[in-house]
Amino acid sequence: MQYETAAQLRQAYADGQTTAAAQTEAYLAQIAKYDKVYHCYNVINEQAAEQAAEFDKNGDKSGALAGVPVAIKDNLATEQMTTTCSSKILEGFVAPYDATVVQKLRAAGAIILGKTNMDEFAMGSTTETSYTGATKNPWDTAHVPGGSSGGSAAAVAADEAPMSLGSDTGGSIRQPCAYCGLTGIKPTYGAVSRYGLLAYGSSLDQIGPIAHDVRDCATLLQVIAGYDEKDSTSIKDVNFDFTAALQDSDLRGKKIGLPLNYLGEGLDAEIKAAILAACRQFAALGAEICEFEMPMIEYAVPAYYIIACAEASSNLSRYDGIKYGYHPESFRDLEDLYLTARSEGFGLEVKRRIMLGTFALSSGYYDAYYQKALKVRALIKQEFDKAFAQYDAILSPVAPTTAPALNSSLSDPLAMYLSDIYTVSVNLVGIPAVALPCGMAANGLPIGMQLLGRNFAEENLVKLANAYQTSTDWHNKRPQLKEAE
Amino acid sequence: MSGYKNTGYEVVIGLEVHVELNTATKIFCSCSTAFGAAPNTQVCPVCTGMPGVLPVLNQQVLEKGVAVGLATNCTITQQCKFDRKNYFYPDLPKAFQTSQLYLPICRNGFVEIETEAGAKKVRIHEIHMEEDAGKLNHEAQSGSTLIDYNRCGVPLLEIVSEPDMTSADEVLAYLEKLKSTLEYLNVSDCKMQEGSMRADVNLSVRKVGAAELGTRTETKNMNSFKAIARAIEYEIFRQIEVLEDGGQVQQETRRWDDEKGIGYAMRSKENAHDYRYFPEPDLAPINISDEWLAEIKQTIPELPDQKKERYVQEYKLSGYDAAQLTRYRRLAEIFESIVQLGGGPKEAANLLIGDCLRLLNADGKEAADLTLAPESLAALLKLVAAGTINKTTAKNVFERIYADNIDPVAYVKENGLEMVSDDGALDAMIDEVIAANPKSVADYQGGKKAALGFLVGQIMKATKGKADAGKVNAKLAEKLK
Repeated sequence: MQYETAAQLRQAYADGQTTAAAQTEAYLAQIAKYDKVYHCYNVINEQAAEQAAEFDKNGDKSGALAGVPVAIKDNLATEQMTTTCSSKILEGFVAPYDATVVQKLRAAGAIILGKTNMDEFAMGSTTETSYTGATKNPWDTAHVPGGSSGGSAAAVAADEAPMSLGSDTGGSIRQPCAYCGLTGIKPTYGAVSRYGLLAYGSSLDQIGPIAHDVRDCATLLQVIAGYDEKDSTSIKDVNFDFTAALQDSDLRGKKIGLPLNYLGEGLDAEIKAAILAACRQFAALGAEICEFEMPMIEYAVPAYYIIACAEASSNLSRYDGIKYGYHPESFRDLEDLYLTARSEGFGLEVKRRIMLGTFALSSGYYDAYYQKALKVRALIKQEFDKAFAQYDAILSPVAPTTAPALNSSLSDPLAMYLSDIYTVSVNLVGIPAVALPCGMAANGLPIGMQLLGRNFAEENLVKLANAYQTSTDWHNKRPQLKEAE
Repeated sequence: MSGYKNTGYEVVIGLEVHVELNTATKIFCSCSTAFGAAPNTQVCPVCTGMPGVLPVLNQQVLEKGVAVGLATNCTITQQCKFDRKNYFYPDLPKAFQTSQLYLPICRNGFVEIETEAGAKKVRIHEIHMEEDAGKLNHEAQSGSTLIDYNRCGVPLLEIVSEPDMTSADEVLAYLEKLKSTLEYLNVSDCKMQEGSMRADVNLSVRKVGAAELGTRTETKNMNSFKAIARAIEYEIFRQIEVLEDGGQVQQETRRWDDEKGIGYAMRSKENAHDYRYFPEPDLAPINISDEWLAEIKQTIPELPDQKKERYVQEYKLSGYDAAQLTRYRRLAEIFESIVQLGGGPKEAANLLIGDCLRLLNADGKEAADLTLAPESLAALLKLVAAGTINKTTAKNVFERIYADNIDPVAYVKENGLEMVSDDGALDAMIDEVIAANPKSVADYQGGKKAALGFLVGQIMKATKGKADAGKVNAKLAEKLK
């Protein structure tokens, strides 16, 4: 594409060198050319070109995203397009309202390109559980883009959008960013309104930005963050201002914790090497790298899956085939309607998690599972509190491997769950994290790392990431795209 | 035989009372709660449980919940939260009801009721906040079921008593006390026929003196106090019969059919739901500060029991009269206004308890519906006290005030209802009646004292009821001596 990042595009627009219509049409053309290969989108905004032209004529050009096309994950409610969570059970569903983040995007001047593919109801780490088919990794179409925000990540990697919104419940923004060589932010829980985000795990979900670099992510995050009276869990007085963080790359005095047990068994040697190289880079920028241990991580995955599945089992109960979405053609009675709609409407992984969650909340098991998971969650929080009393950030891998091959993960769900080991504790604790590229593996696939911060330390994390990206160019690498044959 | 109505059994009853709060908007969105609107006209994405929506708690619900707790001697849970109660039913669009299980807003309270054996405390186990469900309308003709979500998200309080009641009378006294307390707090309309107050009855029986509680049933679907009393009587004797026949009471939910006067089983314990309660992650935990609690306390008005006590002390009313007057907030307000305007307390009480409640009962209305002006009633009592009209006339004038809120002074003047107090005119009328009724006069003089009543009646009739009956009595007796 003509402009590498949204910031460049925005600048060109401000300078009168391009129009929203021209940019939108360029991306629509790119989608037309490549999406048959990568399948990043579930639906394209058919009014995008028209809306861009209208914006050029009458729009408020002062917004932070004036004229910038943006792709959004298909679990964000939109009045003008379907919202399906890549599930058959929401086939054809058009929400009667726009999510708060969608309203904020429009208010900032963004043009919404379409809704991106995802793991069904955000349950998965590969975007293979999608009812609409798997998304391919633009770096290698034989590999997955990660998930669940795989469509949002692949769209940016394949230049089918300059930036996108994903959602992160247990790593769903960060892990696809790592697999696709992108930068993404999982904001502090409560920093971004969840109103209009079709819930997976309500106490874990956050919407966040995906882009090529942290500068674009910061711009997008600043647009979508802020208190929303429609979301009781959103926090008052969130006013991010990343201007200073993006100007200063002097990291002297910053302490970055490196949990050694995150680098132990199970982690690819290439990824470990890339992480250690990143440590040296941060040290060169003036930061002090401090090795320590976070033993509680061992319990994060089971606690996460119990809490996420418990909440999901309740959140997904409303999909009953009656009011919207998939409605079976024939059924005997009310109970049969429920059974048929949900048996036929949900995919295997979603059913597995609904059953896990239902079991964990069942009378007689609540204390042993859900209650215990909450205790583990509290202990993990204590461990992070202790760490952040000493360090400004924690540096860690995002995933134990680079993007797996297609069709290699779903047959062993337990192994797939365990691959979330580095990401889920961030959601359990609610803290922010930035994922960013830090290397390339021998197989040609990107390697990512993540920086974790204390609650509402987004500005600090952006500063660290920007300093890194100012002095390295992993984020500037682009895949060789291929057209459909 | 001892026990309930000499059956040899005693009865144990606990109540779950659902009260719709009278907030203007729903518990988690800003839709109206008004009753009776066309189906699905008071709905939005939030209360219809559309994908992606989130609840925002209506602070008024919390305030009203706390007020009810304070008025029923509960401990307020200052750190409370909501939980999800999960079950599938088409009237519940989210497939979970946002309710409270683990930390309900109020716990460990009581209300005091009057029973034959004196005052009794009925303990309150807990009070929790929750949302109402929608309404299913089964269309017999088409065989289809239509869903109306207007009621979905209307705020409810569920008041759960301990099993402290032993008869239908005690249950009614408890419900009356709750209803009047809620009315005083202005938190609910408490209209059973509109569903804004509903009671589920948990009932068991056991042999007098038995240590263990019997198996209980839960009866639902009563839409008046009378229906509750009937349903309880029915269930008590049904359970006794089952046990006397050597059977066992099944733990089950039962439905009362008031038209047929029978209850029947809906579902048994085996089919009971596992509601899979867990903390509602979409609502932050609630913190009720000491200051806020104190503020709510300040808003609680004088409650029926305190008012009753004061009426006895201050106005020297009987306990019965004071209880009757204070049962309904509106009635007590009218009473206090009349007294303030110079009406005699005893006379005002008689007027309101005797005439006013009688008319309300006959019309099937409640004191809250009264539109009459206390000024008119005070004026009426003054007319009686001054001897301008007699009690019979006063009753008639009251009925006109009750119906049309007329001005009693003008009304009495226009219709010439003043008492006949001219002795000469009265004497002449009495003489005429004596002359016209020789048989009755003879009967009376022959010892039939009842004949005097007939003659008094004739004289009252001749004066169109406007004579002073006491005076007529005395004069007649004197003349016939």
